[in-house]
Amino acid sequence: MKKAFREIFGGAVSLVTGMRITLDQFLKNFRKDHNVPYPHATLPIPERYRGHIIFTNDEAGKSTCIACKACEKACPSDCIFVDGLKKEGEKKKSATQFDLDFTKCSLCGACVEVCPTDALTYSKRYNLASTSKAAYAKIDLIKDLDTRMAKQRPQPQQPQENTPQ
Amino acid sequence: MLLTKEQALARSTHSVGGPNETFVLNLGPQHPATHGVLRVKLTMDGEFIQRAEPVCGYIHRMHEKMGENRNYTQFLPNTSRLDYLSAMQYTHAWVGVVEKACKIEVPERAEYIRVITSELNRIASHLVGWGAWVMDLGGFTPILYAFDDREKILDLMEHICGARLTFCYYRFGGVANDVDDVFVQGTKDFVPYMRERMKMYKKLVTENIILRKRIEGIGMISQDMCRRYGACGPVLRGSGINYDVRRAEPYSIYKRFDYEIPVYHECDSMARYLVRMDEIEQSLRIIEQAIAAMPEGPFVAPKVPKIVKVPAGDYTYATEAARGRFMIRLVSDGSDTPYRVKLRTPCLANLSLFEESSAGMLLPDALAFMGSLDLVIPDIDR
Repeated sequence: MKKAFREIFGGAVSLVTGMRITLDQFLKNFRKDHNVPYPHATLPIPERYRGHIIFTNDEAGKSTCIACKACEKACPSDCIFVDGLKKEGEKKKSATQFDLDFTKCSLCGACVEVCPTDALTYSKRYNLASTSKAAYAKIDLIKDLDTRMAKQRPQPQQPQENTPQ
Repeated sequence: MLLTKEQALARSTHSVGGPNETFVLNLGPQHPATHGVLRVKLTMDGEFIQRAEPVCGYIHRMHEKMGENRNYTQFLPNTSRLDYLSAMQYTHAWVGVVEKACKIEVPERAEYIRVITSELNRIASHLVGWGAWVMDLGGFTPILYAFDDREKILDLMEHICGARLTFCYYRFGGVANDVDDVFVQGTKDFVPYMRERMKMYKKLVTENIILRKRIEGIGMISQDMCRRYGACGPVLRGSGINYDVRRAEPYSIYKRFDYEIPVYHECDSMARYLVRMDEIEQSLRIIEQAIAAMPEGPFVAPKVPKIVKVPAGDYTYATEAARGRFMIRLVSDGSDTPYRVKLRTPCLANLSLFEESSAGMLLPDALAFMGSLDLVIPDIDR
């Protein structure tokens, strides 16, 4: 009987201690704003964040990729496809096709590390969701670079023909 | 108050099939208390477990086979995905075995960075294990505090390597990126902060009589049983066996630091709980010493070949992961792909003793006991 009462008392003490600590924490953090109202504000993405790969660009806004296929070989998941061509009047090959199958990519960064011309880098993209698999099964990095470059530089005034809007 | 089986049977008025009837109860594969896709086939005698048979393999991903199909560098990201909560120590074992085989010298600074990040990872892992276990037992608040602290560690890790869970930070001969002042300062600030939090945790959870009543004396694992099943990590140290890979077969630079291996002799779930809590404090001690002594210099060895070829032979390397001894056995035939990769994971060893020690236990006690083993299911199935 005595033991039972002691146990109940001990339980009550534990309960009060727990409640007090919880209340302490609550009051300590009450004024602070801990939440980020997500779609309206986002946390800063760290510099070394490993998003999916994208092309880097040189001063002329072109990719430095020489289509050496080192990334294709280094990739553990076989998710990169590169094809290149040596254009007339140029010293090195340049990529004509660079596709990333993001559905298979494990974001390990082997391709970025192995690249001899530093043509690849990590993007900071993380809002990646789609209702279809096709949206990320083939990310065209060359097209992606062109769109980014076009956004950076305002287009000249004269309307361009044959450009899909 | 715990009833013995005979008392419980005497009280029950609804036993339809007589006292000897048993039934099979599936715990999992989708059950919140198993924290993953683990299925345990329970043969129940009323509320008592007669036999608990773990069924593994629901998320088997053939990591060992994958090791045979890809070259040494390509296997690196796999090591973060076995026990996703202690990715650093697992990658350490893989780079360790290759460095040992190829005789690659690791620079001092890289070794210090490895120790610091490994210990931070151990703290993060124990915090998750602790929070999730207490949540299983019905206390919801601690997991929120634990994740708050873990967030600080993950932010530091993300700052240096760009990932929050599957770090893949170590490379043969060093680490991927150098650490900067933000990381060093952040770690220095984290140590006293975590010590303060540990005091709070002790008051809030460890001394809580409701928790103690629930896990003291539950899930006894004798030393003999530990030896037979090859148990490791906090499970082994909670049974009074002083074995830690960092002490027993010192790897990296662990010899240089002054720390203790917490050992408890009670053999119950509470002992394993206390081992983990003490380990967090010891890890903080190691981090403090390592941060103070970290030298300047290169963070990766200068002469690491681009395509690593391991000389033919049989190599092993073990690290102390958060859940115990993780060992890689690598058999090489001299080519650029391993001939055989054997991964000895701690959780499989710790799970295998569940069958024997849970016999005769009440079902809720068995779940409390399972939480004390701190299982990570991808580590079991790998």
